[in-house]
Amino acid sequence: MVTELDKVDVVTVGVGWTGGIIAAEAAKAGLKVMGLERGHERGTDDYQNVHDEYKYAIRYELMQDMSKETITFRNTRDQRALPMREMGSFLLGDNLGGAGTHWNGQTWRFLPYDFEIRSMTEERYGAEKLKDDEGYRIQDWGITYDELEPYFDKFEKTAGISGEPNPLGGDRSDDYPTPPMIKTRSLKMFEDAANSLGYSPIMMPSANLSEAFENPDGQTIQACQYCAFCERFGCEYGAKSSPEVTVIPAARDTGNFEVRPHSNVVEVMKDDDDDSKVTGVRFIDTRSGEEFIQPADVVVLTSYLFNNYKLLRVSEIGEQYDPETEEGTLGRNYCYQVFGGAVGFFDEQFNTFMGAGALGMAFDDFNGDNYDHSDLDFLHGGNMAITQTGARPIATNTTREGTPSWGARFKKESIENYTRTLRVQAQCATLPHRDNYLDLDEEYTDAYDVPLVQLTYNFTDQDRNVQGYTIDRAAEVVEEMGAGEVKKDTVVEDYDIVPYQSTHNTGGTIMGDDPETSVVNNYLQHWDRDNLFVVGAGNFAHNGGYNPTATVGALAYRCAEGVIEYAEDNRRLE
Amino acid sequence: MADKDQKEKKFSRRDFLKTTGAATGGIIGGSLLGGSIGMNFGSDMSTEEEESQQTGESGGEESGGTENPGRIFFHNDADFETISQAMERIFPEDDHGPGAIKLGVPYFLDMQLAGAYGNNSKEYMQGPFREGEATQGYQSRLTRAELFTIGIEALNSESQNDYDNGFADLEDDQKDEILTKFEGGDADFGIPRAAGKPEDFFGLLRSATLQGAYADPMYRGNRGMEGWKMKGFPGHQHAYIQQIDTDSFQEIEPQSLYGGK
Repeated sequence: MVTELDKVDVVTVGVGWTGGIIAAEAAKAGLKVMGLERGHERGTDDYQNVHDEYKYAIRYELMQDMSKETITFRNTRDQRALPMREMGSFLLGDNLGGAGTHWNGQTWRFLPYDFEIRSMTEERYGAEKLKDDEGYRIQDWGITYDELEPYFDKFEKTAGISGEPNPLGGDRSDDYPTPPMIKTRSLKMFEDAANSLGYSPIMMPSANLSEAFENPDGQTIQACQYCAFCERFGCEYGAKSSPEVTVIPAARDTGNFEVRPHSNVVEVMKDDDDDSKVTGVRFIDTRSGEEFIQPADVVVLTSYLFNNYKLLRVSEIGEQYDPETEEGTLGRNYCYQVFGGAVGFFDEQFNTFMGAGALGMAFDDFNGDNYDHSDLDFLHGGNMAITQTGARPIATNTTREGTPSWGARFKKESIENYTRTLRVQAQCATLPHRDNYLDLDEEYTDAYDVPLVQLTYNFTDQDRNVQGYTIDRAAEVVEEMGAGEVKKDTVVEDYDIVPYQSTHNTGGTIMGDDPETSVVNNYLQHWDRDNLFVVGAGNFAHNGGYNPTATVGALAYRCAEGVIEYAEDNRRLE
Repeated sequence: MADKDQKEKKFSRRDFLKTTGAATGGIIGGSLLGGSIGMNFGSDMSTEEEESQQTGESGGEESGGTENPGRIFFHNDADFETISQAMERIFPEDDHGPGAIKLGVPYFLDMQLAGAYGNNSKEYMQGPFREGEATQGYQSRLTRAELFTIGIEALNSESQNDYDNGFADLEDDQKDEILTKFEGGDADFGIPRAAGKPEDFFGLLRSATLQGAYADPMYRGNRGMEGWKMKGFPGHQHAYIQQIDTDSFQEIEPQSLYGGK
C-alpha cells in the first residue's frame, strides 16, 4: 500500500549542498520545502570522536552502504559490466549533508574557458583542435562565467571561503569573505619554487575557515584548528563549511523546511495527462519498508549524479543516450579526472601530519587555456597544487621506485618517507567522449529492486596526453623545491575502478542551450518537464581542472532562483 | 574444515600444547604460546590456567611484553600462528621497532574478521558472480573471512608442497618465497580463479597488516602506539593551530582517541 502525503511546494531528493541550498533559498522565499534524505540526521556533535583513520578513512564510516546500492562498471561496450562491489575509485556519500560532510573543502571556481570551451577553442585554434572526428564531444555549457559569477559569489559567502585573488582565474565581483589560511613550511617552498619558475601561486580557496565567520544567512562557521582530519571525516569544530552548519539550519530557521530522513526516493511521479510536468516522488521508508508518495509543485533532484541520472531513467523522463547513434541525451558526457604529479624525497622532515583539507597553494598557469596549446596534442590542463591535508599513517606509505610493497625494505622506506616526501600535482580536466556514458544495468539491482546504474568509462588519449604533460611540469616544481630525488607518476592506461582516485564524477545530466545535446537548460530545469530541476556535478558538460564544489554550489544557487521564479509564474525559464 | 574444528574443540589445553609441540618439531615460538593463552579451551581448564588467562601475564611475558586479548575469529591455534607469521613477514621487526606480532596486528585482524569487515556487511554481495577484468575489482562470492580461511590453508599447502613444512615453520626467506607466489597470483589456491584468487588474499593480508600496525590501539594492534611512534604520527591531537606555522619538525608524543594504549 502506498500512502500519499500532503502536497508541498518543493521537494528535494537528497539533502546535501545542492538540496540544502535549494531548501534554504526556497524556504526563505516562503515556499514549503520537504527534503527527502535516504540517510539519517547528523551534525557536529556526531564528530567529537572522529580522529579515527581506520573507521572513517579506511572503512568508510560516512559513506554509502554498498550492500544496498552501487553501480556496475565496464571500460568498454564489448565488456560485460560487473558491480563495483566495494568502495574504491570514488567515495559515495550518505546521510544528511552528503558528500558536503566528508569533503576536503577546496573551493575553486571553474574558469571562464570551461563554460565556453567549444567556442573559445575553435576561435583560438580552429575547429579541428576539438577532434570531433576522434569521438570527443566538447560542448559549451549554455551559460557563461560572467552569468554564473553572482552565484559563485553567493556560494563563497554562504560557505565563508578563505582565499585570495587568483590572477589567472575569472573576474570577481568581490573578495573572498575571509583571508587565506596559514602558510606552512612546505607551502612556502612550493611558492618560492613556483615564483622562480615564473608561475603565479596563490593560497588555495578553502572551506576550512581561517577565522570564524557569520554568513549572510546568520549561520556561524568556526575557525579551523588544523587538526588534519577533513576528507572522509566530519568536522568536530564546525569549522569546515558543510550543509549541516550552513544552509540546512538556515532553511530550518525559516519554519518552512522539513527534512524527512530514512526516505529513499525510487521514482519521479508523472501525470498521464500532462507530459510537461511531474507530480511528485515515490519513496520508501528505509526502516519500516513503507511506501509513500510526496506530491509537490516542484521536484528538484539534488542527490549525487549517479542517483540523479538513475531517477530520471527509471522514471522514463528524457531519452537515454545511445553511443551508437548518438541519439538521446540522458547519460552522455560522463567525465572523471586524471592527476599529473610527482613526489619529491627530502632529507628534511616536514609536519605532514598537521594540516587541513584545503590547506594548500596552487597556480593555474597550466589550467584551462591559460597557456598556448597550438603545439600540444591535448586541450585544457589542470590546477597545479601542493596540499597539506594531513598525511595519516595507514594510507600514507610512500616508497622509492622499485621498492617492494611489503617486507623489511618497504617498512623502512615507508616509515622514513612519511615525513620526508612532498607531492605536487595537477588536477586535470577530462573531456567528454562518445564512448563514455551512463546507462541502466539490465541484471543487477539495488536493495529496493531498482536497477543499478551502469557506467561505461575509459581514459582517452586526451587524458593521457594532458597527464603526461603535467607530470613533467609537476616534477620541475618538485625539483626546484630542492628534492634530492623526484618520482614521477606513471601515465594511466585503462581506467581502474579499484584504487581511490577522485570523487569528482561529472556529467550524465548535462546542461546546455540545446535540448538535442543536453538534459537541462541553464536554470537546470529539465527540457521536457517544466517543474523538474536536476542539479549537481551531473550538469557539467565536461570536467574542469579543479575540485567541483564551488561550481556545483553556484549552479545550485542559479537553480534555486529558477525554482522560485517557476513557483511564481509556472513557466519555462529563459 | 568443519571436522577439523570439532576435533580441535575436544582437545584439552595440555593436549594442545603437546600435540602442537610435536607437530612443529618441538619448536614453540613465544608468539604461538602467547597466542594460545586466553583462548577458551573448555571446562577442563585448571584454575591456575584460568587466572593466567585473565591477567594475560604469562602470555604477555613470553611474547615480548605484549598482552593477549583473546581471540574471536581464529579458534584454531595453528591457523592463527600461520597468519601471524605471514603478517610478521609483511611488517617485520627491525631497527625501527616492533613487527606485526609484537604490535598485536594478528589480534587486530582477528577482531576485524569476526565483524563487518570479515562479513562484507557494507559490500555489494548479490550475484551473479562472474570473473571480470582486473579494472572491475573484486568479484568473488567469498567474504573476506572466507578468503582468509582459504588463504591460510593455501599458505600451508603451498609450503608443504615446496618445502615439506607448514608455513609457520619455514625460514624467513622461504616464507617470503611463498608470499611472493601469492602476491603474483602463482600459488595454488585450491579453488577456481573465478571463485577466489591468491593475489586477492595477499592484497587483503598486506592491507590488513598495515591497518593493524597503524590503527588506533583500541582496535588491538598498534600496541603501546608503537606503530605511530615508529612513523612519527601523533595520533589523535585536538589541534595543531599553535604549531602549524613553525618551520621546524615537531616531535609530538602520540595520543590515542580514548586514551588507551
